Amino acid sequence: MGALSGSVLAVEGGASNPWINLEYLSDNWDRIVPYLGEHVRLTLISVLLGTVLALPLSVVAHRLRYAAGPILGASTLLYTIPSLAMFAFIAPITGLTPTTVIIGLVLYSLVILVRNFLAGLQSVPADVREAARGMGYGPVQLFFKVEVPLALPSFMTGLRVATVSTVALVTVGVIIGQGGLGQLIVVEGFRRNYFKAPIVFGTILCVLLALLLDQILAYVERRLTPWTQRRAT
Amino acid sequence: MDSTAGHVNAFEGALRYLNDPLNWTRNNGILDLMGDHLAISGLAMLFGLLVALPLGIWLGHTGRGGSFAVGISNTSRAVPTLAILTIMAITPLGFTIWAPVIALAVFAVPPILANTYVGFREVDRDVLEAARAMGMGEGQVILRAELPLAMRLITTGVRTAAVQVVATATLAALLAGGTLGRIIRSGFGTQDYGEVLAGALLVALLALLTEVVLAGVGWALTPGLKRIPFRGWFRRGGAPAETEEALAALPVGEVARPTV
Repeated sequence: MGALSGSVLAVEGGASNPWINLEYLSDNWDRIVPYLGEHVRLTLISVLLGTVLALPLSVVAHRLRYAAGPILGASTLLYTIPSLAMFAFIAPITGLTPTTVIIGLVLYSLVILVRNFLAGLQSVPADVREAARGMGYGPVQLFFKVEVPLALPSFMTGLRVATVSTVALVTVGVIIGQGGLGQLIVVEGFRRNYFKAPIVFGTILCVLLALLLDQILAYVERRLTPWTQRRAT
Repeated sequence: MDSTAGHVNAFEGALRYLNDPLNWTRNNGILDLMGDHLAISGLAMLFGLLVALPLGIWLGHTGRGGSFAVGISNTSRAVPTLAILTIMAITPLGFTIWAPVIALAVFAVPPILANTYVGFREVDRDVLEAARAMGMGEGQVILRAELPLAMRLITTGVRTAAVQVVATATLAALLAGGTLGRIIRSGFGTQDYGEVLAGALLVALLALLTEVVLAGVGWALTPGLKRIPFRGWFRRGGAPAETEEALAALPVGEVARPTV
């Protein structure tokens, strides 16, 4: 409560506990950077693995009509499971390791990616496929030269959403001591006498990281799909 | 403990935990925690709806602020729910249930707002013209033409928000909240994977139940031709329509909708 949050924490901030405390940032930079690095590492590994797994799954769901229902159904089910429960399900197997967090985050990003990849593949108009076949494209050529480029915008949207969501979700890893910046927010901040500076800077760094990665992917998207610029409404 | 055998033991432990009536009825037991969990989630949804629905209807009806409605839905994803929960927990509201309620309400707004806005915008302009030609006033156009036609998307947004709120309420237990997540946390605290798993099962079940119940409510509220929720999961060959349904079940912005 108010009385508690105003209480003393001599180690780091002195008696005062302001929301914005730039001194904390400069004094503790060496402590913060490893958390940030771990956050980036967990995010990138999870999204990368998710992408690698989502590609074949979405192609299967696209090609085999009867597989689409179960794959999408299973992914909805997965997405409904709260992250804390997800890590709790996995932890008895892989323990209090980064692997637990990565498995959970891969599963979540998989859900977003498969849906977007599939939506992209399904958005390719039938006449375009027809025309490509008429021009003599085989199935492989059709896939790489027609379907993939046309599905790319939806693809990239999925990748951006998955990346931004993953950055936010990493924080929940704090339940097993692997939360990246979440450690800064909860362990260094909240559980150390409600020390506000790490909470505020942890939050800001999380948001900045998400926005930065999103902008990088947006740039990649523009370079990969120059034709969408003209069509944008 | 960290092998598949560990998982089997944990599963047995979870069943034992859930089988003990005392774990349900004692002070801060499952029933207590579930009550708090539901109260926090329900209040958060109430506040979220009170803000997002009127705003979404107004923006959608007038066609104003579309980029705002969809934009905050996308931006809100970048803010970790845990961070907002923590920040709310160190405000003067601190350890009352209003801290998590407000934090969760903030995250309930974007999906409802975006889906309501898009639902209203996607109503066929000809239908509105016809409604006006029949002599409907603006209020009637909203209530009797736009709202029913937008209902499927609105209920989808509400469902998305509710599942997210119930899931995020779990995280309040990492701070000071007395929600079901506390069982998971206490299990980790005492290295009791049975308790961890029991908590995870309860939390997952509650989220699934929220999804299923609200899918049913959405189905009941949507007028006209409708599909039975979840049917496509179990049927072969129903892919295109069912896929579309599953994709539509995502909050706006999560999927680049196929451009026709």
